Amino acid sequence: MAKTVLKAGGRFKSAVCDTQVMVIKAPAGEYALSCGGADMIAPTATGGGTLDPAQAGETLIGKRYVNADESLELLCTKGGKGSLALDGVALEIKQAKQLPSSD
Amino acid sequence: MNISTILDMAAEAFGDRIGVVSGDSRYTYAELRAAAVNAAAAIRASGAKYVALLDVNSPAAPVAIYAAAYANVPYVPLNYRLTAPEINELIERVAPAYLVTSADYVKLITPRADVQVVDRAAFLSLPATSEEPTPADDPRAVAVQLFTSGTTGKPKAAILRHENLSSYIFGTVEFAAADENDAIIVTVPPYHIAGISAVLSSTYACRRMVQLEGFDAKAWLAACREHQVSNAFLVPTMLQRVVDHLHDSGEPANLPALRALAYGGGKMPLTTIQKAMALLPEVDFTNAYGLTETSSTIAVLGPEDHRAAASSEDPAVRRRLGSVGKPGAVEIEIRSDEGKVLGPEEAGLVFVRGPQVSGEYLALGSQLDNDGWFPTKDRGYLDAEGYLFLDGRADDVIVRGGENISPGEIEDVLLGHPAVADVAVVAMPDEQWGEGVAAAVVLKPGSAAEVAELQELVKASLRSSRVPQKIVFKDALPYNELGKVLRRVIRQEFV
Repeated sequence: MAKTVLKAGGRFKSAVCDTQVMVIKAPAGEYALSCGGADMIAPTATGGGTLDPAQAGETLIGKRYVNADESLELLCTKGGKGSLALDGVALEIKQAKQLPSSD
Repeated sequence: MNISTILDMAAEAFGDRIGVVSGDSRYTYAELRAAAVNAAAAIRASGAKYVALLDVNSPAAPVAIYAAAYANVPYVPLNYRLTAPEINELIERVAPAYLVTSADYVKLITPRADVQVVDRAAFLSLPATSEEPTPADDPRAVAVQLFTSGTTGKPKAAILRHENLSSYIFGTVEFAAADENDAIIVTVPPYHIAGISAVLSSTYACRRMVQLEGFDAKAWLAACREHQVSNAFLVPTMLQRVVDHLHDSGEPANLPALRALAYGGGKMPLTTIQKAMALLPEVDFTNAYGLTETSSTIAVLGPEDHRAAASSEDPAVRRRLGSVGKPGAVEIEIRSDEGKVLGPEEAGLVFVRGPQVSGEYLALGSQLDNDGWFPTKDRGYLDAEGYLFLDGRADDVIVRGGENISPGEIEDVLLGHPAVADVAVVAMPDEQWGEGVAAAVVLKPGSAAEVAELQELVKASLRSSRVPQKIVFKDALPYNELGKVLRRVIRQEFV
């Protein structure tokens, strides 16, 4: 797994499915971000490879994904079949802080 | 965290859903995105450093917001109610610019070589481009620049970065939360922060926006019925006009689809919200408090709070109907004039901190302190459970012989007099005390009240230092178009 620096505002896409994410916040340092078992790539890069059936839990558009201590937060901007992981550990869906609609 | 992502996602997930309704025009999210992408190509080709809008609400407003984001330049909506010289001064400050306008306003613009003026209809029918936009990833890029009203000098240019607006939207709105049939009616003008946040949050919720060019109670009610509007935002004056219209005409409210009505942008009179809740008992009311510099809403008094306050016997709960609620995705604290953090029930200056808070002006820079707190310049206090009560602008406080007097508490007392329809309390120069208390009062038609009895009412309810030393009767008070009373104009009466 290739490690990369994650920065708020950064975008990645899955190499093996339709998933796309945007980084909302990220810890300092280098990490391996994967989707469907393959390293995520730049939005303009060309993917390839096959989806790992063990990593095909689906990523949902509009959901936010976090690691255990919530130091990493990703927003799924396009859904896909693969599931997200950071350094091989699966990310979890974060519940939005629901506010009454104010505008 | 570029805000254009918001439209990308809506178009991706619900491209066929109607996103904008304006008169006879309809835009699906896919069409809205296509229009914004086409416009972004034209903006880039123009070499403009800003996208400006001088117009009422129309589909051009959301298209311009997102087109500017796709083209990596700030969006600057201008107040079309300003005078021509004021408007041209602001245009000069954003040149070279790509300026979208319509026939009613183009005549106000003095042509200049570095500003490309584009008619709204042309802007919405630009040639299709095959070029996919490449919005910058930089979360610090400026998304929106809003000119403040400039009551004390030249208008300041408040800056909202992509990270401010996107953290507000992603942090408080659930993506695609709206049902297919939901619709929000947008009546605040495009140059107001509430007009911008309405576009962003409605797009992210995938909720259809019904646009009205201007506000009129009858037209608003008719549009709500015609489009089966489920959500609405009104400034207090607008809600007052809806309540008055229903009361005066005897017309039943008849808004079966309306579920949620949010209000904000100024102080809501207690009697107005009580009447509105009685007229629309099924509707969920939310009070939203926010500022331009905080990317819109920072505190909300939700529907349950409204109902609990209205039905409670406990005075501490009852008075919350006059509160702006609890902090949303931010922290709020109250500080004394000396900077000391105050406890519950202690009135002082309201400070706010959080990722959605920009607190920044062009040229003046960031107004945040070293710990990231922004001084709102509003006065207020928190109750023991964290509900925020506002007490006017710090600039409006009357300092009489070293004592700080809030106009709000005196206005509330005077509004309790059966003959008083409207009132504004302001500072007047006073040789002995530095400043004294003065009041401009509007009486209800056919009612009468003497200066002495109004003074006695304040003395009996508050204390003698609060008694207005001068009271003038007026036919009406001056308000701006969003219902904010113009205290500086009233102060001139007493100079």
